[in-house]
Amino acid sequence: MQGAIQFELNGEPVVVEGLSPTTTLLNYLRDTRRLVGTKEGCAEGDCGACTVVVVERGGPQGPGFRAVNSCLLLLPLCHGKQVFTVEALRDSDYHPVQHALVAALGSQCGYCTPGVIMSMFEACYRTDLDAGWKLDDQMCGNLCRCTGYRPIRDATTQIAGTRPPGRFLKVLSSTGPTPQALDYRHQQQRFSVPTSFTELFDVLRECPDARLVCGATDLGLDVTKKHVTFASLVSLHGLPELAKLEVRDNHLLIGATVNLADLEDVCTTTCPPLARMLRFFGARQIKNRATIGGNLCNASPIGDLAPVLLALGARVVARSHRGERVIPIAEFFVGYRQTALEPGEILARVDCPLPPKNARVGAYKVSRRRELDISAVAAGMYVELDDAGLVSCARIGFGGMAATPARAANVEAALIGQPWTAETCTRASQAVTTDFQPIDDHRSSAWFRRKVAQNLVAGFYADTLDSPQPNLPDRPVSTLLHAGGQP
Amino acid sequence: MTVKPSPSPLHQPGPHESGYRHASGEARYVDDLPMLPGTLVCTIFTSPIARGKISSLDVSRARTSPGVAAVLTAAELPGSNRIGPIFHDEPLLAEAQLDYVGQPIALVVGESYAACRAAAAQIEFECEAHKPILNIAEAIAAESFHGEPHTIARGDVEQALAGAAHVLEGQFESGAQDHFYLETQAALALPLEDGNFHVYASTQHPSEVQHMVAEILGIGQQRVVCEVPRMGGGFGGKESQATGVAVLAAVAAQTTGRPVKVWLNREQDMLITGNRHPFATRYRAGFDEDGRFVALDIEIFSDGGFSSDLSLPVLDRALFHLDNAYYLPNLRFVGRACKTNLASNTAFRGFGGPQGMLATEVILDRLSEQLGRDPADLRALNFYGDAPRNRTPYGQEVRDNRLPRVFSELMATSEYRARRDAIATFNRNSVWRKRGIGFAPVKFGISFTKSVLNQAGALVLVYTDGSVQLNHGGTEMGQGLHTKMLAVCCHELGVVPEQVRVMQTATDKVPNTSATAASSGSDLNGQAVRQACATIRERLRPVAATMLGCDGQQIVFTQGMVRGNGRQLPFSEVVGQAYLEQVSLSATGYYRTPGIHYDHASGQGEPFYYFAYGAAVCEVEVDGATGEHRLLRVDILHDVGTSLVPTIDIGQVEGGFVQGVGWLTCEQMVNDSKGRPLTLGPSTYKVPAIGDVPVDMHVKLLERAPQAGVIHGSKAVGEPPFMLAIGVVHALRHAIHGFGGRVVELAIPATPEAILRAVEHQKTGALPG
Ligand SMILES: Cc1cc2nc3c(=O)[nH]c(=O)nc-3n(C[C@H](O)[C@H](O)[C@H](O)COP(=O)(O)OP(=O)(O)OC[C@H]3O[C@@H](n4cnc5c(N)ncnc54)[C@H](O)[C@@H]3O)c2cc1C
Ligand code: FES
Ligand code: FES
Repeated sequence: MQGAIQFELNGEPVVVEGLSPTTTLLNYLRDTRRLVGTKEGCAEGDCGACTVVVVERGGPQGPGFRAVNSCLLLLPLCHGKQVFTVEALRDSDYHPVQHALVAALGSQCGYCTPGVIMSMFEACYRTDLDAGWKLDDQMCGNLCRCTGYRPIRDATTQIAGTRPPGRFLKVLSSTGPTPQALDYRHQQQRFSVPTSFTELFDVLRECPDARLVCGATDLGLDVTKKHVTFASLVSLHGLPELAKLEVRDNHLLIGATVNLADLEDVCTTTCPPLARMLRFFGARQIKNRATIGGNLCNASPIGDLAPVLLALGARVVARSHRGERVIPIAEFFVGYRQTALEPGEILARVDCPLPPKNARVGAYKVSRRRELDISAVAAGMYVELDDAGLVSCARIGFGGMAATPARAANVEAALIGQPWTAETCTRASQAVTTDFQPIDDHRSSAWFRRKVAQNLVAGFYADTLDSPQPNLPDRPVSTLLHAGGQP
Repeated sequence: MTVKPSPSPLHQPGPHESGYRHASGEARYVDDLPMLPGTLVCTIFTSPIARGKISSLDVSRARTSPGVAAVLTAAELPGSNRIGPIFHDEPLLAEAQLDYVGQPIALVVGESYAACRAAAAQIEFECEAHKPILNIAEAIAAESFHGEPHTIARGDVEQALAGAAHVLEGQFESGAQDHFYLETQAALALPLEDGNFHVYASTQHPSEVQHMVAEILGIGQQRVVCEVPRMGGGFGGKESQATGVAVLAAVAAQTTGRPVKVWLNREQDMLITGNRHPFATRYRAGFDEDGRFVALDIEIFSDGGFSSDLSLPVLDRALFHLDNAYYLPNLRFVGRACKTNLASNTAFRGFGGPQGMLATEVILDRLSEQLGRDPADLRALNFYGDAPRNRTPYGQEVRDNRLPRVFSELMATSEYRARRDAIATFNRNSVWRKRGIGFAPVKFGISFTKSVLNQAGALVLVYTDGSVQLNHGGTEMGQGLHTKMLAVCCHELGVVPEQVRVMQTATDKVPNTSATAASSGSDLNGQAVRQACATIRERLRPVAATMLGCDGQQIVFTQGMVRGNGRQLPFSEVVGQAYLEQVSLSATGYYRTPGIHYDHASGQGEPFYYFAYGAAVCEVEVDGATGEHRLLRVDILHDVGTSLVPTIDIGQVEGGFVQGVGWLTCEQMVNDSKGRPLTLGPSTYKVPAIGDVPVDMHVKLLERAPQAGVIHGSKAVGEPPFMLAIGVVHALRHAIHGFGGRVVELAIPATPEAILRAVEHQKTGALPG
């Protein structure tokens, strides 16, 4: 167990002592190290100006550089990792991503640019950027107020997947540092990274008020926006068991700390509805850090994974020093931002049955902006039909409609036993008003939430007509490119 | 004497002058500057209420909080407490009265942000809340205004309306927009010996910072230098509103005798500073049988927020752009700026022009929806034409109208008509999704409408190795002004870019500058740079002639060489010789725009040196289930004259367009019923992201279009393209119309919710409650 935070920054080992464990990587870079290339545009994960890359070795695509928001990344979460900032890219010459962006005039004021460069840097070494939408997905976490993005898109397209030989490729092929446990203390604050369950549950017993942290994409906001100084934080990232992602007996078993980028990758083939929901979840930087455990345990009424997991009939596996227990997801959210977890208990994994081929499953997220936005309404819908073509099972989950993610019992009742038709869905959609009394807020009005929820239910039949588990439709193209304007 | 045009970066595609520094992270912004030991930082304690009075304010406990160097309130200010770009009607720190949520009350100065925050929590503060005025309607009811109404009128509106074939009446609103420059407001003030100050500021207006710092500190302007390293975006938000931040830093530096940085985090930036003005419009419009305007009677109200800031000139520009591209035989325009209990709204790319233009454009959409006419044709029919159809409402003649040409070229290249037909077919076959296409022309007047501001200066220094320092009065906020000035300088002196260093803008190099605003940066500064460079070049000419043994007229300065008599010498050698011959190697340049004037009382004059033109064709798809939409394709043809640096201009066109799309679709500032802003960061305030921009985007600059009397035939480009985004509104309305065929009731910004409401209205005839 180490008492100092150790990681590699731009190829050099660093040892951190004497700083609060809730110091963000961004503040450490700018204030302590005077590496001011990395910028702060918001300190809430939403602009990308602070983007740096962290090497991740365990993803389904092999080792890669992962763009992350340094403004939300607590310094101890870098423990045992390799971090690169914009300053690392240039040696005798600029890196190809820098040449590409400058040649495309992808910077005007330049304030977003270091972050843009680091997202492009991840893209440069990714091997799976084989579609236009994936490039947008890669870059959507970097807001640029000046360029209008066209040159950024052009430059990214040009360098994506090119993996130039050299020192960075060598970083990916080397083994990297081995993870070490950490017990970091500073004044009244403590940050632990246990590497075994025994250690974990010991710490949780010692500090009953300890907060768990994984990606810190929710918890980090408490630090940067509310200036909470947590007395004791426990990261789960040192427990390999929690990072497992596997398919067993037609069930997808998702470890609590699996990041959402990797989950999306695996789900594209194994569980399209979940992939569909993940496509417009946060941005690449967020997905590279955020975990399913954090998303569910945060228990936000607008958390995006709950509705689709409700529809799929997933179960949560909780673990404590007493062992494991299984909680159906519909019973997991017990109140506004409250879960069924007991003190000392963690979410260990999510057990999600894969839908049978003929089940109709849809996943929808409606927000003001398609990318990197919080849902006004999110929905997961699931129906099975019997041999007579009548609905035999219906699970309709919604987010944004109530104080917790919840199933629409009356809509489900209106579907069950009915013939699977557009009319059935339209009729059932009326029941949304009896299931939920959504609220007005700055994202949208109650009217909008209700209407969209109804329209999504009404449109579910049409949406699953061609394929029972549709992927997201491709980005539509201009009308003349369609022969004769056919949809 | 004529100098033959020589190869230079001018008119050539080229990179941004700071491109590699941006991409390597080397570019320094105010918050990145190395901090001298002892530098203090600040937190601003702000008003929690929109309107009321301070009943008690006690900062003594905060002052003794650990790590605190000073806590400043209005009571401690040495000189004046009044700032504001035109009328000094804004307290730097609130006195007794509170005027908006977020108004600065006290500045906490300390060793760290944490120390400042902890101290701010110790401020003992009580206030008495009064009923605030939170929007235009409430301001009108309370007769709460800034300044006097501004009227522009011509002909007999009533008579024309009475005889009109079609009359439309209604009202229309557009919303606030946050600048969302990626770099928030920042300033760093260094106290120097003898009571002097050096202020690094992220400002579009260093002279105003210098002057206000001097006034508030009660010292002479010679004691203050304001220097701008560069800005991480400005868009108008750092024209007047960077000043307060810089002045606070200077006051704190004077009080503590230590360097002080004031940097607003995103939340404070969005809370304290103002936005694009929301506008409300009431109109009556009359048309002849064919759809030509016969009369337009418009009353516009802007929401100026609590202080006047730039609200009156913004209102003027809105009035000047109600006509957009169209001839209006009879008209009455009345504008008023409302005073409300919100942050003071300010300059923002377009400066009221977009808000004015949008109102008239929506009127034309409504007419075309009512008559079932192609709105593009209706627009072309109304374009300015030959006399008498060439007079703007304020009496200026529209010369050199390029819109008919832009219209026909863009109609052809965008295949507008074929696509409109194809969309009709698409919409017949699609229930849940409808498409639409829209054409938007833009005519935008170039010049500060306050004529005196149209002046600029430059200072060029040549060193004995042939290298050059270029100073000009404009600031670089990403728009590429330095890149353009570098090109002009290289062209005039015949040097290569590597020889020239564009200096950070500073008030000790060029004094009394105007803000870099109104798209005027390169028009004004370009002429000044050209003049300064030409002065030096002409001093070098006889030196070179002697060295090369030929007549001065044969000497050509190009690409770092001086040529003549079949021989050439490096520029550096000629400069070296000039030094030995005791020739001055520095020069200033100065320029003022000739011939512009405007009389506010009569509403008549020639406020603009020329007009910039452009047009866009946009296509969208609307999802009738969720109200979401996608921008499918955009074609833009824009007139920048003969571009100084075409790659930079394309960037301005694209960036401006996308920012306009944000204003019109996804960006919405929301306040609660007490005037507290709810959208104080990018998590809740959504500017466009990469996916909002179509892959199918075709931006062209109008060819063969030099502009006489402007630097190297170019035209201003900063603001006009913003308004091209109105094409998205036209396209959305067209798509929404497809759901029911009624006149479209679409609120702006066209968020999914606004669109879904409009779709419901199409289906049911009623707007949902
Ligand atoms: C810019 C941005 C965009 C976002 N976009 C979206 C979005 O589109 N959709 C969406 O749903 N969310 C979004 N979020 C929220 C957030 O990213 C997700 O909820 C994410 O999944 C949280 O995971 P995490 O690992 O980062 O959680 P953390 O922040 O580490 O933890 C969150 C909470 O869960 C607890 N916790 C974490 N893991 C466990 C565990 N295994 N057992 C018990 N408790 C645990 C923590 O104690 C903490 O209270 C966004 C956040 C940001 C900053
Ligand atoms: S600073 Fe905006 S995402 Fe980190
Ligand atoms: S270049 Fe200015 S924000 Fe991107």
